[in-house]
Amino acid sequence: MPAHEQSNPWAPLTPSQLEQRKIVSVNPETVSHTAATDIPGHWGPAQDDSWNLSRFRDSLKVDFHHNKPHDAAFSLVGVDASIANAFRRILLAEIPTLAIEDVFVFDNTSIIQDEVLAHRLGLIPLTGGQEGLKWLKWFRKPPPKDDFAAQAAWEAEEGEDSAASVPSDYNTIVLTLNVTCRWATKAEDGRDGKALAKDGESDPNVRYVNSNVYAKDLVFEPQGQQEKYFNEEEGNQIRPVNPDILIAKLRPGQRIHVRCHCIKGIGADHAKFSPVATASYRLLPQINITQPILGADAKKFARCFPKGVIGLEPSPDNDSDELQAVVKDPMKDTVSRECLRHAEFKDKVKLGRVRDHFIFSVESTGQFGSSELMLDSVRLLRAKAERFNRHLTELEEGR
Amino acid sequence: MSNNGDTPMEELEDYEKGEELLLDGTKKLVILPGASSHAASFQIEKEDHTLGNALRYFVNKNSDVEFCGYTIPHPSETKMNIRIQTWEDTKTTAVDALRKGLIDMMEACDVISEKFTEARDEFDAKQS
Repeated sequence: MPAHEQSNPWAPLTPSQLEQRKIVSVNPETVSHTAATDIPGHWGPAQDDSWNLSRFRDSLKVDFHHNKPHDAAFSLVGVDASIANAFRRILLAEIPTLAIEDVFVFDNTSIIQDEVLAHRLGLIPLTGGQEGLKWLKWFRKPPPKDDFAAQAAWEAEEGEDSAASVPSDYNTIVLTLNVTCRWATKAEDGRDGKALAKDGESDPNVRYVNSNVYAKDLVFEPQGQQEKYFNEEEGNQIRPVNPDILIAKLRPGQRIHVRCHCIKGIGADHAKFSPVATASYRLLPQINITQPILGADAKKFARCFPKGVIGLEPSPDNDSDELQAVVKDPMKDTVSRECLRHAEFKDKVKLGRVRDHFIFSVESTGQFGSSELMLDSVRLLRAKAERFNRHLTELEEGR
Repeated sequence: MSNNGDTPMEELEDYEKGEELLLDGTKKLVILPGASSHAASFQIEKEDHTLGNALRYFVNKNSDVEFCGYTIPHPSETKMNIRIQTWEDTKTTAVDALRKGLIDMMEACDVISEKFTEARDEFDAKQS
C-alpha cells in the first residue's frame, strides 16, 4: 500500500512493498503495479529515491547473451522504462542511414512501373566502408516543383545553405543499374534459347539471358573523394547487403537503365532509412512458486512452460520421494500464463515481470553492426539532451 | 555516429546540421506565457516521446520538483510541451530543475555507454 496508508511513514518498506517496486504482476486476466514508483516522496520521507549517479552506476548492469555482427541480444538492468524505450525509439527512427532516394530513369521498358521500381530500389539495404558512411554529410532535398508553397519557402531560404542542396561527392552516392534481357544465343552463351523454347523448355534462366534483375547488378560509381573512403580493393565499396534480392523480371527486348542517388536519412522520414530490421525489448519474466508443487502436479506444471524454464528436483525436506518443481531459467519463458489456467497449482504460483530488467534484441539490416547501433543510440540521446541544454542557455541569455 | 576523428563538439554539430535542415526557422525552445519562477511550461519543436518521457523521468527524480509532466498537444505537429513545478519553499526554479534533469540524463547516458562498451568487449573477449 502507498506511503500515506502506512501506519508509520518512517518505517522501512515491507516485503510486499519492495516487491511492488520491483515486479509488475501478471494476473490471469490483468496486469497490475505497472507504473514505476521510484519517485521521491512516493514511499515516504525515509525512502530516498532522488537521482543519484553513483547509485545508478552501481546498480546498472549490462549482460550480453549473444553478439553476432548483425544480431545482438543483451540485458540492460537498472534503467527505467522511459530510458529503455527512448533507446528503442532512437534505434528505429533516428539513426542516420544511407539508402537510395532519387532514381533517374533513362530507360524502363520492363513491366514494372517506374515508381514501383524506384520504391523497390529504395528498400534495398546498402552497406560499405564504415568510416566513409560516418563521413558522409546530409543532403537537403529541394521540394517537388509542383508544390508551389514549399517551393516558395525554399527559394526564400536559399541563400544561406545552398551547398547542402547540391548533390556532391560528400553527400550523394551514385549507383547505376543497366540490364537488358535477350534470348540466349549459341555464339554468346553456348545455348540456343529460341530452339530450346520451341522444344518445350520453359525455364527463363535457360531461355533468356538477364531475365532476372538482382541487387548485385547495381554498380557503384565512386565520385571524387568517395574513391578514398569507399575503396573497392579494401572491400569498402557501397554494395547491397544481400546481392540476391530480386528487383525485377525482364523478357527479351526489355531494358532497365537507371541511375540512383543515395543519401542519408532517418527512419522517421521513411522506413527505408531505418538501420534495424527491428529493435525490441521484453522484461524478464519472474515465476514465484509460493507453495511446493510435487509429483504429477510438478510434471504438469513443467509442461505449462517452455522447455528449460521449470526443472524437477528432489524435495529438500525429504517428506516424500516425489519431485518438486523448481524455476530453472525464467528468461526462456514467454509468459503465456498457462499455469494459471489449471486449478491444481494456480494458487501456488505468482507470475510477474522484473520492472527494470530489459532484454534487448537488436537486429541490424546490415549497414552497421548491432552493438555499434546501440552505442549510437545512447550517444544520440545524449546529443539530444545536450542540444536542448544549449537551447535553454540561449533562451536564458536572450532574456 | 562514432566519428572516430571528431571531438564530441564536432559530432554534435554534424547531428545538429541535420536537425536544422528540418526546422526551417521556427524557434526550437519557447517558454509558454504564464510562467513564474517556480512553475513554467516549455514548448520544444521537433521532439516527441523519445526525449519527452526520458526527460520527464529525470526531472521527476529531483526531490525539489512538485510536478513534472509532458504532453504532445496534437500528433500532427511535432511539438512537445513539458511542465515543471517546483516546491515554493525551495530555491530551485523551474529552469534549474529542467537543466538538472538534462544534465542527469547526459551523465546517465555516459554511464550506460561506458558499461555497455565494457560488457561488449568482455563478451567478445570471452567468445574468442
